[in-house]
Amino acid sequence: MKSSVITFPGSNCDRDMDVALKKFGFKNKMVWHDDSELPKSDLVVLPGGFSYGDYLRCGSMASKSKIMQSVINFANSGGMVMGICNGFQILVETGLVPGVLLRNKYLEFICKNVFVKINDKQNRYFKNVNNEVLELHIAHNEGNYFCTKDQLKEIEDNNQIAINYCDESGKIDDKFNPNGSIKNIAGILNKEKNVLGMMPHPERMIDISLSGEDGSLFFKNLINNLK
Amino acid sequence: MIVNEQVAIDHGLNKDEYAQICKLLKRTPNITELGIFSAMWNEHCSYKSSRLHLKKLPTKGKQVIQGPGENAGIIDIGDNDAIVFKIESHNHPSFIEPYQGAATGVGGIMRDVFTMGARPIANLNSIHFGSPQHKKTKNLLRGVVHGIGGYGNCMGVPTIAGQTNFDSSYNGNILVNAMTLGLVKKDKIFYSKAAGVNKPVIYVGSKTGRDGIHGASMASASFDEKIEEKKPTVQVGDPFTEKLLLEACLELMAGDSIIAIQDMGAAGLTSSSIEMASKGNLGIEINLNKVPCRESKMSPYEIMLSESQERMLIVLENGKEEHAKKIFDKWNLDFAVIGKTTNSKKIELFFDKKQVANIPIKILVENSPMYDRKWKKAKLPKKNKIKKENLKNLKIIEVLKKILSNPNVCSKEWIWKQYDHTVMGDTIQKPGGDSGVVRVHGSNKAVAASVDSSAVYCWAHPLTGGKQVVCESFRNLISVGAKPIAITNCLNFGSPENEENMGEFVECVQGIGEAAEYLKFPVVSGNVSFYNQTKEVGIKPTPSIGGVGLLKDYTKMITMNFKELDNIVLVIGKTVGHIDQSLFARNILDEKNGPPPEINLFNEKNNGETLLKLIDTGYIKSAHDVSIGGIITAVAKMCIKGNKGINLIKPKYLINEIEYFFSEDQGRYIVEVDKKNLKKVTEILNKNAVHFDELGTINEDKLFIDEKSKITIDELKSSNTTWLDNYMSN
Repeated sequence: MKSSVITFPGSNCDRDMDVALKKFGFKNKMVWHDDSELPKSDLVVLPGGFSYGDYLRCGSMASKSKIMQSVINFANSGGMVMGICNGFQILVETGLVPGVLLRNKYLEFICKNVFVKINDKQNRYFKNVNNEVLELHIAHNEGNYFCTKDQLKEIEDNNQIAINYCDESGKIDDKFNPNGSIKNIAGILNKEKNVLGMMPHPERMIDISLSGEDGSLFFKNLINNLK
Repeated sequence: MIVNEQVAIDHGLNKDEYAQICKLLKRTPNITELGIFSAMWNEHCSYKSSRLHLKKLPTKGKQVIQGPGENAGIIDIGDNDAIVFKIESHNHPSFIEPYQGAATGVGGIMRDVFTMGARPIANLNSIHFGSPQHKKTKNLLRGVVHGIGGYGNCMGVPTIAGQTNFDSSYNGNILVNAMTLGLVKKDKIFYSKAAGVNKPVIYVGSKTGRDGIHGASMASASFDEKIEEKKPTVQVGDPFTEKLLLEACLELMAGDSIIAIQDMGAAGLTSSSIEMASKGNLGIEINLNKVPCRESKMSPYEIMLSESQERMLIVLENGKEEHAKKIFDKWNLDFAVIGKTTNSKKIELFFDKKQVANIPIKILVENSPMYDRKWKKAKLPKKNKIKKENLKNLKIIEVLKKILSNPNVCSKEWIWKQYDHTVMGDTIQKPGGDSGVVRVHGSNKAVAASVDSSAVYCWAHPLTGGKQVVCESFRNLISVGAKPIAITNCLNFGSPENEENMGEFVECVQGIGEAAEYLKFPVVSGNVSFYNQTKEVGIKPTPSIGGVGLLKDYTKMITMNFKELDNIVLVIGKTVGHIDQSLFARNILDEKNGPPPEINLFNEKNNGETLLKLIDTGYIKSAHDVSIGGIITAVAKMCIKGNKGINLIKPKYLINEIEYFFSEDQGRYIVEVDKKNLKKVTEILNKNAVHFDELGTINEDKLFIDEKSKITIDELKSSNTTWLDNYMSN
């Protein structure tokens, strides 16, 4: 399986994603934002970080970089595109997934482990994951997912919510919502379910010495689903 | 502008220093030259009050590659890997403008590390605030934490440990000390020493603006009521540009184009250019019209003294300009050839085709003033006689709850959850433990780091306090299973012109030196911050020690949370019941006098090294050093972290129970051992003549002394975790 990780100026989880993808068997290439052509890929990842310093709206500058036209074309032709954290923010700016990401409800950066419940197992990202609940890690300042009522209805009707913040047992409640996201949404898919944007970082939980191992489950499963 | 004595005084120089400048130059300096002298000769850059004493610190060791005098210190961790690290203060700017002050403190220290070719792999910080009741404290704390996070998070470098303290002596002068560790290949280290004549001098990074002019002079003076007027001297940080600068510099460093490189920190272009030339015994010529400026019509004086952030000065090999420019263009950073090295041994500046400064470098550096300031030796305070009846009515559990919720003991999660501590995917011990630990990427090794200070002990007796901080750093590294290697120090004091403050400095440094020497824990880098005072009132003497240690096998790392039911808990090290200057004495008995606990360096080393041996055998399941709050506070924290309880055994010796549990005797650790290994462990302890007591057995959910003295771990947890959250949300 071939993957590509895009490096924008200010990306800072690009190396971590490279390490994770390679660990679970992907042949990964790093792609510079100013290139125009995407290498042949089975998966394209927009990594976390602070692209362009997040000085404008998070992700908005990066969404206009040269490589993004190829990424958008790739997604529109059914290619798998995954945006993590800042990558998710870039995805909403391109319109590939609906909604926006606002500043965290308590106006503070949050770095901690969270539990997420897998809402949809039909898509190729979470299909065949045995667990209902994963323990993943978040580290962000703008992860407060928001969309209009109409959008929300559409998202729910199409089963586009990928994961929701919850407790260890899978209970979804405002108490377990770290950032104020509408409906505890932690990750969302496009209609066709080939594009995934999510705030949690699976690449930070890929061995027992780190914050946990549920990221390993995610990647092992992902490469199998793509085969 | 005509330069005279008054102008010099306005620049922070004194009459004698001004006379000396005129004598050395054999003429009156012009305003640009005076600015350069004031920048090079202020306390912050010249160490004029501290140099004499800093010389006495032990700085050498088997693993030391680079000691003080460069951008940062460097230690060898084997396999061609080296760790570059340093701590630095940004106290004055952080009090004036907490967000930017703290942010640029973090940015500055990271630049010091990657200037040497190292990729930053961990950040730490030590921050001190005034009393929680003081009207400024809350906003300063919030601003500083946001600033540290804002910069470090954006850079993608994990913040893995730190320390936060509150004490009314910081009401008018907070402390923000930032530390960075970087990883470099031993054969790819870069230094600031220029070499060769006619080599191009390159400016890269952000443009130069009017921010931070005279920042270093501001940091060399006390505060008064006009402090608000100093806001323009605070630099403004741009972590995004620094991230680009980091990647661009590392890309250029991968080749062989660079002869020397130096970041523009305090005193900006002035100190960086002079330092590179001085170390290479060369001259330097700069055309100031070539310096990329953010604002129009900047004068030579402003360009030379600006402390705009995210800038670097590089001396390149001839003919490498195009190659280097390509890299900086790729990262969208300014790049300009602004001058060349010369053999004149002078700094020569040109602006609009006219020479605007011409100073022999030797007189700026070697002739800079050095003072043997007067200082007063501190007497060891007399021990307090604590009346037993004062202790009689105290209930251990109630006291413990109070101590756990004390601002200086309580959980600081509100702070560190705002710092990205997991980016880079190698953080194996996050904040809240004894040390932060990161793996050396792609290897079995890990590096542990901790930052500590004990202002109360240093205030009570500077010599003992100085030793204690080094020992505490040593213990914090050992508690996670790391072998201590070297330290960096940030020496925060009041005015050196005050004999008592100067005495505190001299004796703390002496204490640090003695402990560092004995423990083979040399000082490889550091920074001095004087004038932490408002009007006549100085802070408590606060040397911060950043310690770094190595784990050869990261799977042997130890954490402090209790692991398993029925395991046995021991306290290693002797408890004699020293109560003076303990948190218990100061906060429960309201007794602020008396000496700090004594330091026995032999026991310190022996206890620590023996514990390291035990950890290596695998017999130790958890460990934590005993510090403020004594044995019971340490044990309670291990219970809270592990979500387990303990049945404590009453002490067998004759000292009072309260003294046993709350005293702050030094050189002690709490460890957890599996029952079946207990005999082997005690044998090793006995063989090494290490004193230990059996403290108790781990149970499910209660801290239990007897039927009258017990508490659930949930209750302890809530005492420990609620104070800061509540304080910040009210």
